[in-house]
Amino acid sequence: MDKKIKVIIDNKSVEVAPGTTIYQAAKQAGVDIPVLCYMNLHDLGVENKPGGCRICVVEVEGRKNLAPSCSTECTEGMVVRTHSVRVLNARKNVLELILSDHPKDCLLCQKSGRCELQDLAVRMGIREIHAVENALVSTYRKDESPSIIRNMDKCVMCRRCETICNEVQTVGALSAVNRGFNAVVATAFEQDLKDSRCTFCGQCVAVCPTGALTEVDHTPKIINALADPSKTVIVQTAPAVRAALGEEFGFAPGTLVTGKMVTALRRLGFDKVFDTDFAADLTIMEEGTELLKRITGYLNGDKTVKLPILTSCCPAWVNFFEWNYPDMLDVPSSAKSPQQMFGALAKTYFAKMMGIDRKNLVVVSVMPCLAKKYECQRDEFKVDGNPDVDYSISTRELAHLIKLANIDFASLPDSGFDDPMGESTGASVIFGVTGGVIEAAVRTAYEIYTGRKLESVDFHELRGFEGIRTATIDFNGLKLNIGIAHKLGNARKLLDGIRAGMYNFHAIEIMACPGGCIGGAGQPLHHGDSSIIQARMDAIYREDAGKKIRKSHENPYIKRVYGDFLGYPMSEKAHELLHTHYFKKEKL
Amino acid sequence: MKHVKSFILVCGGTGCRASESALIADDFRNMVRQLAIEDQTAVISVGCFGFCEKGPIVKIIPDNTFYTNVSRADVEEILKEHIIMGRPVHRLLYENPETHEKISDSKHMDFYRKQKRIALRNCGFIDPENINDYIARRGYEALGTVLSKYTPAETIDIIKRSGLRGRGGGGFPTGLKWEFASKSVSNEKYVVCNADEGDPGAFMDRSILEGDPNSIIEAMAICGYSIGASRGLVYIRAEYPLAVHRLEVAISQAREYGLLGDAIFGTDFSFDIEIRYGAGAFVCGEETALIHSMEGHRGEPTVKPPFPAVKGYMGKPTNVNNVETFANVPVIILNGPEWFSSIGTERSKGTKVFALAGKINNVGLIEVPMGTTLREVIYEIGGGIKNGKKFKAVQTGGPSGGCLTEEHLDIPIDFDNLLAAGSMMGSGGMIVMDEDDCMVSVAKFYLEFIVEESCGKCVPCRIGNRRLYEMLDKITKGKGTEEDLEYIENLSKVIKDTALCGLGQTSPNPVLSTLEHFRDEYLAHVRDKTCPAGKCRALMHYVIDPEKCVGCTACARACPAEAITGERKQKHEIDQNKCIKCGACYEKCKFSAINIA
Repeated sequence: MDKKIKVIIDNKSVEVAPGTTIYQAAKQAGVDIPVLCYMNLHDLGVENKPGGCRICVVEVEGRKNLAPSCSTECTEGMVVRTHSVRVLNARKNVLELILSDHPKDCLLCQKSGRCELQDLAVRMGIREIHAVENALVSTYRKDESPSIIRNMDKCVMCRRCETICNEVQTVGALSAVNRGFNAVVATAFEQDLKDSRCTFCGQCVAVCPTGALTEVDHTPKIINALADPSKTVIVQTAPAVRAALGEEFGFAPGTLVTGKMVTALRRLGFDKVFDTDFAADLTIMEEGTELLKRITGYLNGDKTVKLPILTSCCPAWVNFFEWNYPDMLDVPSSAKSPQQMFGALAKTYFAKMMGIDRKNLVVVSVMPCLAKKYECQRDEFKVDGNPDVDYSISTRELAHLIKLANIDFASLPDSGFDDPMGESTGASVIFGVTGGVIEAAVRTAYEIYTGRKLESVDFHELRGFEGIRTATIDFNGLKLNIGIAHKLGNARKLLDGIRAGMYNFHAIEIMACPGGCIGGAGQPLHHGDSSIIQARMDAIYREDAGKKIRKSHENPYIKRVYGDFLGYPMSEKAHELLHTHYFKKEKL
Repeated sequence: MKHVKSFILVCGGTGCRASESALIADDFRNMVRQLAIEDQTAVISVGCFGFCEKGPIVKIIPDNTFYTNVSRADVEEILKEHIIMGRPVHRLLYENPETHEKISDSKHMDFYRKQKRIALRNCGFIDPENINDYIARRGYEALGTVLSKYTPAETIDIIKRSGLRGRGGGGFPTGLKWEFASKSVSNEKYVVCNADEGDPGAFMDRSILEGDPNSIIEAMAICGYSIGASRGLVYIRAEYPLAVHRLEVAISQAREYGLLGDAIFGTDFSFDIEIRYGAGAFVCGEETALIHSMEGHRGEPTVKPPFPAVKGYMGKPTNVNNVETFANVPVIILNGPEWFSSIGTERSKGTKVFALAGKINNVGLIEVPMGTTLREVIYEIGGGIKNGKKFKAVQTGGPSGGCLTEEHLDIPIDFDNLLAAGSMMGSGGMIVMDEDDCMVSVAKFYLEFIVEESCGKCVPCRIGNRRLYEMLDKITKGKGTEEDLEYIENLSKVIKDTALCGLGQTSPNPVLSTLEHFRDEYLAHVRDKTCPAGKCRALMHYVIDPEKCVGCTACARACPAEAITGERKQKHEIDQNKCIKCGACYEKCKFSAINIA
């Protein structure tokens, strides 16, 4: 280990490791330097450090100009002042400059109250902005896609979205264009996001400090549907939502609020409160069966069988491979995502059971995800124009609905999901974290393949935040090679390797967002604090551990739906309702 | 065998070519053939002579006769009279504007007398498209010497001892820069020549590349040997087609001669050069932005450190030097570091090339020893201010330099003195202003350039400079206040203090230096709402002198805004609220009765 470096920050002496930035060293000294463009999700390997906003500038003794603390490394004996008159004057003026080119409609902004720029203005006590009359302000065309709204008038050029889109996700939909005052982050040729190669993963929205990138808001449609007496409105909630929703109501990150959430949804007026987890168990039955079928076929020498099998629960990931790997469309599992499996069953099985026409049944999903908004609008998920899932809202939108309905969330009693699509297992809960889908699949596939009972259902080797993880699971002699990737850049690495014939994986799980769905773009904003995502992950595993049934194939309602309706996994009926196919997307 | 007695050197620089110098050279060649004197006469297109004010330039060697403003019609006379009959064509000789004496030998012209041409040593002497010409003037001897006599460390030591500092603007010691790159351990390193000359009106680097491209190739190879790089890249503006062409010719000739490629001079040193084109963004002259542009990324700077010497092109150690810096290298090797360091001031060695422009008689390209005063440059070499007007200011250092005044004229030019005076060396632009120039407008003009050229990455440069520009615009329109001046001054300092790269950190210099040296002029704009130089249209008033007005009505009839009233043979008056300041009345009045106030 290298020798420590001694620095003095605001008269406090600290010792830091070589390579530590002034900003990080200041934290150690109990000094919280304000930042805007800088963002570091340390545990998740996501960092944005362009040194562009200049909010975090500090005075370094012996240096001619002020130093950006986020991107200046400490040197031995460095003396730093973070709030001298010179620094405060500079910081205030720089912030005023940003505000001089930013709309002042905070009261009407979707980000109001959780906008990092607004917080800065409050913290710096900005009361007026010195700019000439008719000073130029940036105006751009508003761009609305199925998931994401771009209002670039509010862009502060922090470049976080660009970093996440290019370096982390390697999607390449967003990039800075133009020069000087006209510089802004845009798509290629400034086309609409829906026409770009955007996967709607929404991570740009998750990191945007202002209201420049926000989600499409479906809450008014849901309020109207709930008020319509001719409609039966049912809701499904994804596993990751229960581990994060509490944050919107002041609960500590990682607080599980499943019971309160169900009560709140019932009070909002949903006729049935179901669980996407039920559909996740169904996914395991279908995907797990497909996995075993492919592997046995492969081992029996069937040359038409392609391995590895890739999970297909994540709609951003589906978009990503449709854009980038059109030659490999037969590799992912044909199983629909849990959201869509739920929708398909709801509008057939459940509708029939209740005697309702599908047109009068409104299916709402609460998702930690923005790509789900796009997914439920895909044409193949509609019957005669009527979608299997009518509206998908984010965790944040659900919180907003609860607040609109004057529900005091904290004081709510717990209650349980409705039958028959509310029962779920621990296996389905862990769908919310990276590695969870494959762990759930292994729990079921192992028992079906070997005919033996698993001694322990906890596969710790499949868990964690490492971007790409690999493990070999022994299926009683059959060594199953498993790959896991989260963040699309890591998915690209795996896919490129597979295309080049470098790997011999049997199964791969991919999730687009950092940490999996718990870090999804529809979740409460993390503002660059990766400990929040860690806490959600812990909560998910806690929920799993606390479940009586932890294997999908043991879910009694799953058994019932096969017995009553579907027949058996990958039956003709299951194929019709629970499986899909993929489309080649043409590059520009 | 040919025994050439006379060489006709025709300027082939971009400036003179714009005045048909390429056709003049063709005419010379054709007529030389017609006159059957090709055995004794050689016509050569050479690089820029620097005296662009009087171009196209034609020089006859060995007499050293310097012809100015030559046109195609003069070709026949020069050949028949001078080359054949030995009688110089007097009417084409340069005339001293004061004594009206005709000067034949360029050595006696004031323009050249105080110059010392090191970087420009071959410009105007050799055919830049013929490597043999370069070799004849000791070309590639320095590379041979280095490869056969010196280790890389010894070579770096020579450059260090010479005191050469970067000519691109920063003035960083070149030898030290090489040493940093040489100490970085990597399987691959790069030598980059920064030929992204972007200052308005500057053409130092272009002229060197157009007039002496081989000197850059040789210097890059020497640098490659010194730092352990085998690949060189020249980042050059696509707007310099002639420089690009000549560089391409020189590179291919050097390859043919084995001066680029594998095993140069029979040693195990290999080096080759590729050209990369810039799209004309000013900020790409900043070395990190330049590197990103070459990598195919958006041309915007990144925070240093890491410096390119550690992590540069493709993440590999990279040494970036500007064209003029490289042009000095071979001569330093040949003549020794002591020779070089004997020229110049204590901390700035050698010479500096400047592009003289603005309200100066001898617009052009000059090279003077460091330590020459601004006065010598402007009044002796530059021939003083145009039309006998009064000197007001000189802007050095390009758009982000500062404006210096009369009191600075005796400052010996070097990196540190210019910085201390509130300006900078920059890459060598020098723009002279006279009494007719409004300094607020000048500052506004430079800011307009910066606003246009900022990459937009950091807030102070992207928004701050735009706001500064808007403030200055407000002042030139007579709407500024004294508080605005305070705000401008503070904002300028904040921008200097917080901007990410050299462009932003220096961008407020024109504002700060004019505010400091010409505060009265700013005050006149904001307090009295007048523009002392009479440049700011919004602040001008046309008034009719009642003493002189005879009531002829000519002005009223000319006024497109019907702002002038008055009966025939009565005094007329201008309604200032209606006046659009077009100046039509002023032009029409035969009695000088209309004044500008």
